[in-house]
Amino acid sequence: MEMVKLTIDGVKVEVPQGSTVLEAARAANIDIPTLCYLKGINEVGACRMCLVEVKGARTLQASCVLPVTDGMEVMTTTPAVREARRVNLELILSNHDRKCLTCVRNQNCELQDLADRLGVHDIRFEGEMSKKTIDSLSPSIVRDPNKCILCRRCISVCRNIQGIGVIGATERGFETSVEPVFNLSIGEVPCINCGQCIEACPVGALREKDDTEKVWDALYDEDLHVVVQTAPAVRVALGEEFGMPIGTNVKGKMVAALRRLGFDKVFDTDFAADLTIMEEGTELLNRLNNGGKLPLITSCSPGWIKYCEHNYPEFLDNLSTCKSPHEMMGAVLKTYYAEKEGIDPSKVFVVSIMPCTAKKFEAARPELSTSGYPDVDVVLTTRELGRMIKEAGIDFVNLADEEFDPTLGDSTGAGVIFGTTGGVMEAALRTVAELVTGEPMKDIEVTAVRGLDGVKETNITLGDMIIKAAVAHGTANAKALIEQVKSGEKEYHFIEVMGCPGGCITGGGQPIVDAKTKLDHDVWALRAQAIYEEDRNLPIRKSHENPSVKKVYDEYFGEPNSKKAHEILHTHYVERKKYV
Amino acid sequence: MSVSFIERNKEKFEALQKVIDKNKSEPGPLMPVLQEAQEIFGYLPIEVQDFIAEELDIPITDVYGVATFYSQFSLKPKGKYRIGVCLGTACYVKGAQKVLDELSKVLNIDVGATTEDGTFTLEATRCLGACGLAPVIMINDDVYGRLEPDDIPEIIAKYK
Repeated sequence: MEMVKLTIDGVKVEVPQGSTVLEAARAANIDIPTLCYLKGINEVGACRMCLVEVKGARTLQASCVLPVTDGMEVMTTTPAVREARRVNLELILSNHDRKCLTCVRNQNCELQDLADRLGVHDIRFEGEMSKKTIDSLSPSIVRDPNKCILCRRCISVCRNIQGIGVIGATERGFETSVEPVFNLSIGEVPCINCGQCIEACPVGALREKDDTEKVWDALYDEDLHVVVQTAPAVRVALGEEFGMPIGTNVKGKMVAALRRLGFDKVFDTDFAADLTIMEEGTELLNRLNNGGKLPLITSCSPGWIKYCEHNYPEFLDNLSTCKSPHEMMGAVLKTYYAEKEGIDPSKVFVVSIMPCTAKKFEAARPELSTSGYPDVDVVLTTRELGRMIKEAGIDFVNLADEEFDPTLGDSTGAGVIFGTTGGVMEAALRTVAELVTGEPMKDIEVTAVRGLDGVKETNITLGDMIIKAAVAHGTANAKALIEQVKSGEKEYHFIEVMGCPGGCITGGGQPIVDAKTKLDHDVWALRAQAIYEEDRNLPIRKSHENPSVKKVYDEYFGEPNSKKAHEILHTHYVERKKYV
Repeated sequence: MSVSFIERNKEKFEALQKVIDKNKSEPGPLMPVLQEAQEIFGYLPIEVQDFIAEELDIPITDVYGVATFYSQFSLKPKGKYRIGVCLGTACYVKGAQKVLDELSKVLNIDVGATTEDGTFTLEATRCLGACGLAPVIMINDDVYGRLEPDDIPEIIAKYK
């Protein structure tokens, strides 16, 4: 790789050609402030926070989009730079709803950080302020345009990474707003509720619909039997809410904290993931053997499902009829479990802790109510659970580990890898391979479907059967893959799609990591490492070997895809309009 | 409702399709397509913007962003006669505001609105480039200059 030599604040640095001055400065241990910049997603030089002086240049330059050149001399803290940054920041702050104390992003806000860092304690510019309506019609996402600083990070991630584009910049000048078209709510447009916009937002302009009060109310209600389940991705991220390093697995502490909050039972969505593999694996084999619709496409990601319903109605029959794992768990809790425990299903209150904002929309789907009551009553994101634990004053970091409650808390390595892209495919192959060949798989780690490539493919030979499989994550990648299937260019038997880039561990309900941390750390890789480590360390790593799953089939469902299993564990999809 | 809008305006959508086909492979097709769509429909409702977005394979937010950025585009139906009152510097100094106020009074509508019978739309515009005739108004393609508020009723009467 060709290297470029330059000096930054008198420090000589050598960086690969094509680097930006912003990146080069980090090599010189200089942290240039940024606001609109989000590595790989939004590199537009709009906010002018990262201005630097370059010897020989007529004007100040935005370092986030300025490529390094040989012999370049950069100064990052001259009087002109300081003044320009300060004026720009004050102007941004002058039209920002500065209710920091009551803001969900208080102490986790890039604008607040910057004001503190640049020592802005007084704002010279006073004038008219935008007063726009807060958009809270969506069950998943709340938009507060009065806090928006027009950085466009959300627009970029929605449009380019997710391939959706339901929010954009409208009007001009002082009237400029980042919003859906025609004054519609984010809940009225083909938004898939993935929440990647929330992850991208540097301030409190985008947030999840907070449902913690509903959970507190249920916990205080003595008539209710309140059960909680946690998705695999939550355990490898929740610790970040309490200052623990990215990629720390806090499963035991999380279970302990949930018990302290007062949940009657703490179960693991991983159990339901194992159940999903039994159902979906069987569904795949049935489709393969009986000329069913192929490719079979996974249905765990509610963002992806809604995307399909809006954009690819012709593929709805390809989607697995399996409910997503937490919905399966909810349905099992209000049927099998309620019967077994002798509790009226109306008194079982199910809370799902998810890395996902789209699960909130999913839980409200009317068809997901097998028992006559919603399978899942409330979905909380990882962030919301963090808030509840903090409010309860639980010293999370120092909690002793506890175990999930038995049976519906028992799971395998296959269940836990559901949390990352490729995980559902890998878990399914571990089981399907044995169902077909009758022999254990030689190497159960399917590395071909791991990693961050947008689309991953593998062919698995099972006796005289070859299964062509593909994995896509991030909706834009999934769209590209589906287009190839549609045109006949590619042919597969089985496709896994996760709506969020990287899968659930980097889902829209996970702790928010600021742009600077993302510049230096691969958040996905750190959380994925923790997931795969848990898989390696579990005694059972295949769904069909989960004794509790076997027990539930023996006692209740009979066998996978039985009539009863279909009634309780499967669902259907609806075509949804886009705009007109 | 939306289906019927498309059915009701079948010929207009066919004309728009032709415009899109002509511009699709050119660089930056959105502006010329929007300009012609504005001509064809008189305004840019969601059905038209959605159609353009689908045909150009871009997010509707891109279409709407441009449509709301430039004042030449309108999201609401316009009257048969569009009255543009220049509020550029020269016209303003020469009393354009009084002309605008008089128009608003005579037509009984606010700036930006359309009369109930759909005949007139009253708009304030940026400089029309006829500063020598200040204050200036345009009614569709007709230009009226060196106006006094008292001239307004007579001019409007011509279009009724």
